[in-house]
Amino acid sequence: MKTENPKAWFLVLPVVVLVAFNAVIPLMAVVNYSVQETFGNNEFFFEGVKWFREVMTSQRFRDALSRQIFFTSIILLIEIPLGVIIALAMPHRGWGVSVCLVLMAMPLLIPWNVVGAIWNIFALPDIGLLGHSLNKLGWDYNYTRQPIAAWFTLVAMDVWHWTSLVVLLCYAALTAIPDAYYQAARIDGASRWAVFRRIQLPKMKRVLIIAVLLRFMDSFMIYTEAVVLTGGGPGNSTTLLSIDLVKIALGQFDLGPAAAMSLIYFLIILLLSWIFYAVMTRDELE
Amino acid sequence: MLELNDVSLEVGGHIHLYPTNLSLGAEGFNTLLGDTLSGKTSLLRLMAGLTRPSKGRVKFDGADVTGLAVQKRNVAMVYQQFINYPNLSVWENIASPLRVAGLKIDEIKRRVSSIAELLKLTPYLDRQPSQLSGGQQQRAAIARALVKECKLVLLDEPFANLDYKLRESLRDELPRLLADRGAIVVYATTEPSEALQLGGLVATLFEGRVTQFGPSSSLYRFPRDLRTAQILSDPPINIAPGKKIGSRLELTASVGWELGHAHTNLPEGDIYVGLRPHHVLPENLGRGVSIEGRVRISVVSGSESVIRFETDSMLWVSNSQGLKRFDVGETTSFWLDIDRAMYFRPDGSQIALD
Amino acid sequence: MARIRLQDLAHSYHPNPSDDRDWALRGVDFVWDDGGAFALLGPSGCGKTTLLNLISGLLRPTKGRIVFDEQDVTMLEPRVRNIAQVFQFPVVYDTMTVYENLAFPLRNRGVQPEVVDRRVRSVASALGLDASLNNRARALTADAKQKISLGRGLVRQDVSAILFDEPLTVIDPHLKWRLRSELKALHQQSPFTMIYVTHDQTEALTFADQVVVMNEGEVIQIGTPAALFDRPNHTFVGHFIGSPGMNLLPVSVDQAGVVRFEGYAIQNSSQGSGENLAAKGLQIGVRPEFVRLQREGIPVNLVRVIDAGHMRILEFRHGEHSIKMVLSESSAIPDRTPYFLGFEPNRAHLYADGWIVA
Repeated sequence: MKTENPKAWFLVLPVVVLVAFNAVIPLMAVVNYSVQETFGNNEFFFEGVKWFREVMTSQRFRDALSRQIFFTSIILLIEIPLGVIIALAMPHRGWGVSVCLVLMAMPLLIPWNVVGAIWNIFALPDIGLLGHSLNKLGWDYNYTRQPIAAWFTLVAMDVWHWTSLVVLLCYAALTAIPDAYYQAARIDGASRWAVFRRIQLPKMKRVLIIAVLLRFMDSFMIYTEAVVLTGGGPGNSTTLLSIDLVKIALGQFDLGPAAAMSLIYFLIILLLSWIFYAVMTRDELE
Repeated sequence: MLELNDVSLEVGGHIHLYPTNLSLGAEGFNTLLGDTLSGKTSLLRLMAGLTRPSKGRVKFDGADVTGLAVQKRNVAMVYQQFINYPNLSVWENIASPLRVAGLKIDEIKRRVSSIAELLKLTPYLDRQPSQLSGGQQQRAAIARALVKECKLVLLDEPFANLDYKLRESLRDELPRLLADRGAIVVYATTEPSEALQLGGLVATLFEGRVTQFGPSSSLYRFPRDLRTAQILSDPPINIAPGKKIGSRLELTASVGWELGHAHTNLPEGDIYVGLRPHHVLPENLGRGVSIEGRVRISVVSGSESVIRFETDSMLWVSNSQGLKRFDVGETTSFWLDIDRAMYFRPDGSQIALD
Repeated sequence: MARIRLQDLAHSYHPNPSDDRDWALRGVDFVWDDGGAFALLGPSGCGKTTLLNLISGLLRPTKGRIVFDEQDVTMLEPRVRNIAQVFQFPVVYDTMTVYENLAFPLRNRGVQPEVVDRRVRSVASALGLDASLNNRARALTADAKQKISLGRGLVRQDVSAILFDEPLTVIDPHLKWRLRSELKALHQQSPFTMIYVTHDQTEALTFADQVVVMNEGEVIQIGTPAALFDRPNHTFVGHFIGSPGMNLLPVSVDQAGVVRFEGYAIQNSSQGSGENLAAKGLQIGVRPEFVRLQREGIPVNLVRVIDAGHMRILEFRHGEHSIKMVLSESSAIPDRTPYFLGFEPNRAHLYADGWIVA
């Protein structure tokens, strides 16, 4: 819109103030802390990049980071294809549509700490339905003691919680494809796989990019459900980056290293998101 | 009077409209004719105030309205897609601009029923737009535009999504509906026959430029340049390259004619000859020039025959009354009514005849 | 394929159709011979697209049969019916090049690569697409995309009929004309049967050898463009074909068997006196091309003159009835008022309740 309307700026001002207080100023405070050291008593000494160097070289940080990358990769590898498959299976007309949409929406509506709590109990080896059944079936399953079981439960919880998002996004894209495409494919004699590959997948491309980006960012930052489920344990086997960060910042009250770690965390997400996005949209630019 | 003074529109380095000057009045329709990307919609949006021109001023009845927000202007617009509020009844749809304007309910009722009567929507007033046919939905959109009694009514290909016959009848009705309102009507279309049948003034557009603006009959018979002649013609006009040598015009080695004294101002050398398809006929006119052509397509549609034939240099189109069938590949004679020929210089401008 | 036979074909989109309105297509029954160009013409909702989809196999009919040559194909899938269809909106596979798009139907059927290459190149050159064979299909203009859709049908050697569902909808007018001519030329060179669905009577009449006029699920008339123009069986056909459509005036037949409009004699009715016709709504239909100004006849006022370029449309009024007349560009409009109109002999037809009388 190119017409002049100075009143528009006044409407934007409250939002600007809000964002400034909630995001910009706290961020600057974090940056401030990351380059200073304190020994209590509100005394701060400028330390430059000392904290950054310490964090980057710390084994603990590297372990947390590699666990996080591992977690996010598994999540993406499972949730994206699964989401697409479920979206393909959902009906486009009739009463089944509402039923499916409601079913898919439900996991997304549950508060995240409740999700963690649900799975915490659900997977308990003695009284939880899942835990008990798995043990009954012969597996030795105890997520509070075994790292592998803990990982399995963590991944299962996230898949249960978030695949619906991918499903809903893909479903929206699929319903937008005009019937004529499917009709033409029938006449061209295309197989089901060809229809998927040549018509459905290309039409879903933009939506999939958004879905991957969203899932990447969210899973990289996961905190609430994971902490409620495993608390980072057993030991530190499921201590992902955000969990580790909170331990350092609030547990040990090391503001400097915590602030530095936050900033590094933030920059990693930013960098990887940008790479993802650039790689996936390079086709569109042609 | 709507005046556009040197308005141009450039978006992101791409020029949508070159500097344009137009004066549009309230007598008769003002039609914008051109292809999809010629700039018609950009021009309409500039007139409405939805887009601000990169340069130039827009004046309405003498007042400069260039920066004025569209809500403040007295303008109504009808789109190609039937735009109605889907969850309101037809009555509510038509009443909505009056409610926004804060009119009294009695006045609203009076105006809505009179406009519904005019557009034959009275039996459908309590239905929802989705329950109406395409033509009825568009009538509802037009009603909503007209009920405001605006001084400027813009229509962007309003009948493009309707059936041929429905389009024909609505197009017939529209001038009657819009007459006597004192409003300036601007109608955008891609169909030359619509521009001609609506009468009024026509602006032909091509790639962001207005090539000519004037009464439809004048543009049709005396186009200022080649481009205008081509835009305002369906089936396409025949354009043949020729040469003026002395007092003759030669199309090919064997086809040429004497130019009378009316053509003395034609320059020597290359000339383009324009002949509309209904001036190229497969029967002896008793005048004009004949040319041999090989028939490529021969079609009979209702009462007319359309024949595409080729000579050694080009493809011609002939449109004649009556039913004439030819075999594909058959060679036969065609007559060119050269009295109706238009002559163009190599740069495309028309050469006026004395 | 030599013949397409439609036998008592009817279709409803409702699971339990109860009355007439539930049926999209009601009792269609006729035969098309090989290699012709046919048009299905009618307004939106008349059933023409339903009929097309039944012929191509995208729909299974509720009732009736479809027979290609001697083979009953009613229950067969599209891919085995030897037909190709071009839709309203260009359907191209975005991720593939033009070449790959054209090759797609052949590759799906397991045709050898050398044969595929030969067929693709020959079709591409017939449609003028050779220059863009290696371009991404997504980047082309609408009319090029429609040609690709058409090409995908032509490339299959087993195709014997091509169906078009309002294919020129998204094309610009001057390109429309060119594409229409190209389709016509293509048809004249090739052995395919072509069936073309449209609501545009100009398109139908220029494209087809035979036009099927439909309305509300029924076939009203089948005939050549000339026959439909000269002798419409129903007032709907008279109105729908020709631009402008046929003039319709209410008439009565007197004792002497003379057809009269508001008392003015028009012609003699072939049905003798008016007794057997009296009960029905009688109308006379005459095309604007066959109306002429005379020294005496129906008195009218000239209301409007429309300059349509190569012709002029004159609108006259007698009372509340409007009569249109078409004049060529070169004919002058006589200045003498009052005007009297008459109709060319044998060009006006009598209609009772919409249907033509003898």
